Amino acid sequence: MTNVPSISSPSIHSVDRAHEADHPTSTVAEFGKDQPLKLDCGIDLAPFQIAYQTYGELNADRSNAILICHALTLDQHVANLHPLTGKAGWWEIMVGPGRPLDTDRYFIICSNVIGGCMGSTGPASTNPATGKAWGLDFPLITIPDMVRAQAMLLDRLGIETLFCVIGGSMGGMQVLQWTAAYPERVFSALPVACATRHSAQNIAFHELGRQAVMADPDWHHGRYFELNTHPHRGLAVARMAGHITYLSDAALHRKFGRRMQDRELPTFSFDADFQVESYLRYQGSSFVERFDANSYLYLTRAMDYFDIAADHDGVLAQAFRGIKTRFCVVSFTSDWLFPTSESRALVHALNASSARVSFAEIETDRGHDAFLLDVPEFFDISRAFLQSAGKARGLGG
Amino acid sequence: MALQEQALPLGGVAPDRTGKYRTDHLLVAEMIPAGSKVLDVGCGDGELLQLLESRGIDGRGIELSREGVNRCVAKGLAVVQGDADTDLVNYPDDAFDYVILSQTLQATRQPKAVLENLLRIGRRAVVSFPNFGFWKMRLQLLVGGHMPRTENLPATWYDTPNIHFCTIKDFVQLCDEINVKMERAVALDLYGRPVPLTLPWWVWNMFGEQGVFLLSRGGKGK
Repeated sequence: MTNVPSISSPSIHSVDRAHEADHPTSTVAEFGKDQPLKLDCGIDLAPFQIAYQTYGELNADRSNAILICHALTLDQHVANLHPLTGKAGWWEIMVGPGRPLDTDRYFIICSNVIGGCMGSTGPASTNPATGKAWGLDFPLITIPDMVRAQAMLLDRLGIETLFCVIGGSMGGMQVLQWTAAYPERVFSALPVACATRHSAQNIAFHELGRQAVMADPDWHHGRYFELNTHPHRGLAVARMAGHITYLSDAALHRKFGRRMQDRELPTFSFDADFQVESYLRYQGSSFVERFDANSYLYLTRAMDYFDIAADHDGVLAQAFRGIKTRFCVVSFTSDWLFPTSESRALVHALNASSARVSFAEIETDRGHDAFLLDVPEFFDISRAFLQSAGKARGLGG
Repeated sequence: MALQEQALPLGGVAPDRTGKYRTDHLLVAEMIPAGSKVLDVGCGDGELLQLLESRGIDGRGIELSREGVNRCVAKGLAVVQGDADTDLVNYPDDAFDYVILSQTLQATRQPKAVLENLLRIGRRAVVSFPNFGFWKMRLQLLVGGHMPRTENLPATWYDTPNIHFCTIKDFVQLCDEINVKMERAVALDLYGRPVPLTLPWWVWNMFGEQGVFLLSRGGKGK
């Protein structure tokens, strides 16, 4: 008999995830009916909430705040244990005492994006009108909407100007949106492994992921919470496809080659004979434990819609005209999801706006995910950029 | 540093007492007033930019090599990876007060187009390059029969990035041709000392190991 391959069922019950969406293990800023979030789709979202984490101390003149914008499948738990998985924060390598984002010097904020599932209002949150999860009744959100919500959070925290906004991938898109929408509120910006618009190929991969989720019979048109199911198979497949795009041919080959998983010979079945298969299945099944399927649909859509130039008569440089923000743009040689050419186009537009910009392409074979990994050259550059910006900001050497 | 405040005569250059900076860099820095906005094209590992920033100049850089760029960015300098031949067109007119091309002209594919771009982007340009008319160069070709190699230009003909060598005389001719005004010119000898200004051009062209020029857009009839 041929083994039937499977992606293991999640060990964290969907009730835990649903609870985290409404009552997160984070600080929450609540915005009432009188303070709606004005969404690009024309809807005023109210009430809504933003869940966020902070690290370090805000200085007396409120000039040392750094906002971290997280990527598609990450959240606000940058440098603390994740409440659902119990694993270390996703950027502990970058954030902490003596790290490039030094918590002894800077006040660091990271909020869950609007549309996310870790405590900021999104499709997994309870719709106050029905008492049930929003599901597909949640309005479509965009990258500018995420940034607008973050700006409202900063207003709440009494922070007028950010010392720096930093983020990779979808986080990098938010960084660019910050500089385009609120240039006077951003002293310096560090967009990493990102682009000013989502490419056709990237939209195509996102569509693949969404179709995988929607093809899962447990999805029920997004009403799975009511039926106490979760389309974990579809979401795991979406994650597997996505994960491949975050790596590179060279990285996969170096890590796994054609090596077999706990066996020496093929089983002549569809079991995970190869290590790379086993790895992808693990990535898929661990992802569904902490992520909401509808959130995945909404956030991938937000990235697809992103195109800064389109909002400025098709001329990218218009978005950054006269900008005073100091930029450090970083890309990685083996990143084929957001290739260096995208960063270069951004740099050309910034040059045309006479912005103060540094641009480093870092050589690595680790693909798009390099920004999350131990890449010392990236740390050195980030540290030096923040230090020189800090000097200009009067934060001291 | 007292050295920085020292006013220098035309054609002069401050002696590098600290040994920290190259003489030609100090000479370039002397030509640029504090507060200027400057683009250094082919900025290498950012030594000149650091010197300029230490003197209150707002410096930016373009560098071809990834390693050079990353070293610059790691020093906190505003440097982007780019190519003088292809990327200068992306900068708007009058974006900078000064554009510097230090020891890079001879490595560009189209020196004339690059020079024209420098003076489009910047109101002034500072250009330095190794003088192929230097006596040692001439001697090596004349007597040795080989393409010249010096301490400052050690590469062999087959692996050199320097594809468009010129002499000081050639450069002056090009500036005339594209209506560029030469505001100041200094030739440095093999030891980085300025060749005395009182001497005629042919002496410069013979004894200057490198030339440093401050250029501006030439008006009609000049």
